[in-house]
Amino acid sequence: MDTNKNSYTVIYATVMVIVVAAVLAFVSSSLKQTQQNNIDVDTKSKILGAVALTEGMDEAANKTQFVLEQYEKYIKEDIAVDAQGNVVEGVQGFKVDLKGQNELMKAGNTSALTLPVFVAQLDNGSKVYIFSCYGAGLWGPIWGWIAVEEDMDTIHGTLFAHKGETPGLGAEIATDWFSAQFNGKKLFENGEFTSVRVIKGGAAPDDIHGVNAISGGTITSRALDVTIETWLKAYMPYIERVKEAQKPVEVASDTTMVVAADSLAAIVETSTNIN
Amino acid sequence: MDKNIYLKPFWTSNPVTVLVLGICSALAVTVKLEAACVMAISVTLVTGFSSLLVSLLRNTIPNRIRIIVQLIVAALFVILVEQVLKAYVYEVSKQLSVFVGLIITNCIIMGRIEAFALGNKPFPSFVDGIANGAGYGVILVVIAFFRELLGSGSIFGFKIIPDAAYQAGYMNNGLLILPPMALILVGCIVWIQRSINKDLQEK
Repeated sequence: MDTNKNSYTVIYATVMVIVVAAVLAFVSSSLKQTQQNNIDVDTKSKILGAVALTEGMDEAANKTQFVLEQYEKYIKEDIAVDAQGNVVEGVQGFKVDLKGQNELMKAGNTSALTLPVFVAQLDNGSKVYIFSCYGAGLWGPIWGWIAVEEDMDTIHGTLFAHKGETPGLGAEIATDWFSAQFNGKKLFENGEFTSVRVIKGGAAPDDIHGVNAISGGTITSRALDVTIETWLKAYMPYIERVKEAQKPVEVASDTTMVVAADSLAAIVETSTNIN
Repeated sequence: MDKNIYLKPFWTSNPVTVLVLGICSALAVTVKLEAACVMAISVTLVTGFSSLLVSLLRNTIPNRIRIIVQLIVAALFVILVEQVLKAYVYEVSKQLSVFVGLIITNCIIMGRIEAFALGNKPFPSFVDGIANGAGYGVILVVIAFFRELLGSGSIFGFKIIPDAAYQAGYMNNGLLILPPMALILVGCIVWIQRSINKDLQEK
């Protein structure tokens, strides 16, 4: 057979491409679920990492199982909130596409935002709220999770990740020493939102709103600074609501007994738990 | 079958140390032994099966588009390997990142297809592909062994150097984790190989 004819060449190429495409499409669709599960576990380990609950993960015999168990145990709520601070019914925060939300923010379309909130309950009974953030770094996207304590002011922990920041410079945002700087910093000053600044040249040792930027990683540091501020601002209505709900409520006298009974029940419950 | 087909790639025509192919991935993925082993196995499978498939098709491939056909075959196996890694060894696939996809540009694959598989029967071609991939893999594993041992003090992630040594003032050599040191190690292997086998020395 003459394999050099034009028609043969064209048909050969066509058939080959179709066959290869079919094989790849089949493999890709049959492995998709397994791959997605891996990505989910990875994200869950990051969320746990922001609350410092991943200790022992590397030593665990089955890392996937370890992460899923820890996640199940500690992350009690997985919700999404809109720009007014209302909980969006029926949406899992875990499923929210952060990149899409970031585009909405850039477009100024804040009314359509759906922002993920994870609530973790620690061993000592205190609650930690975990907020997400996502923005543009120097070479690609950077994102992270910011865990805030129940007072909605103190940072409990953070974890940042990136797609391709410069190794040794911008990529340092994903390291433990960098995120550890955020622990205990405050988001508010006398009730005014200040965010946590990533300060070039270093934050003053007594600065409760600032952390040191990375030398040589200025653009990434600045991007992270802006990302954290933008996202926390978007979360602000929700944060205000949670704070509002925590304020001691002035109760009318006829309901006092009921409330007292309720809190008594709560105390009894807590003490039973402790025992 | 000529035994040179499966012996030469390990010594006199080793892809990395003699032909100096596939150097960039040899530098990039040899920080940890586990990643290097997965990479070695991946490349071996890709070279083996691409050679086999091209050899099976060799009498039907139109000469004018043969490079494209070879590329498609190599790409097919690379993507298959990448998908499987992502599904079953996600952690390692994250470490290897783009380098699995870049196997396609590894000169060893196209080189063996073009030089050997196009003109030989399927079985010898398959053996040739596997042997060349393994010849590349052996070098990767040797480099990764030294880099992980001296750079991180561990092998396959297990601590080898006891804490007592660190107490006594021993330190991991951070330089070994950086790519330039991999190049120097390749240089050392080339040096040792050529001192043993004088035929390889350039006149």
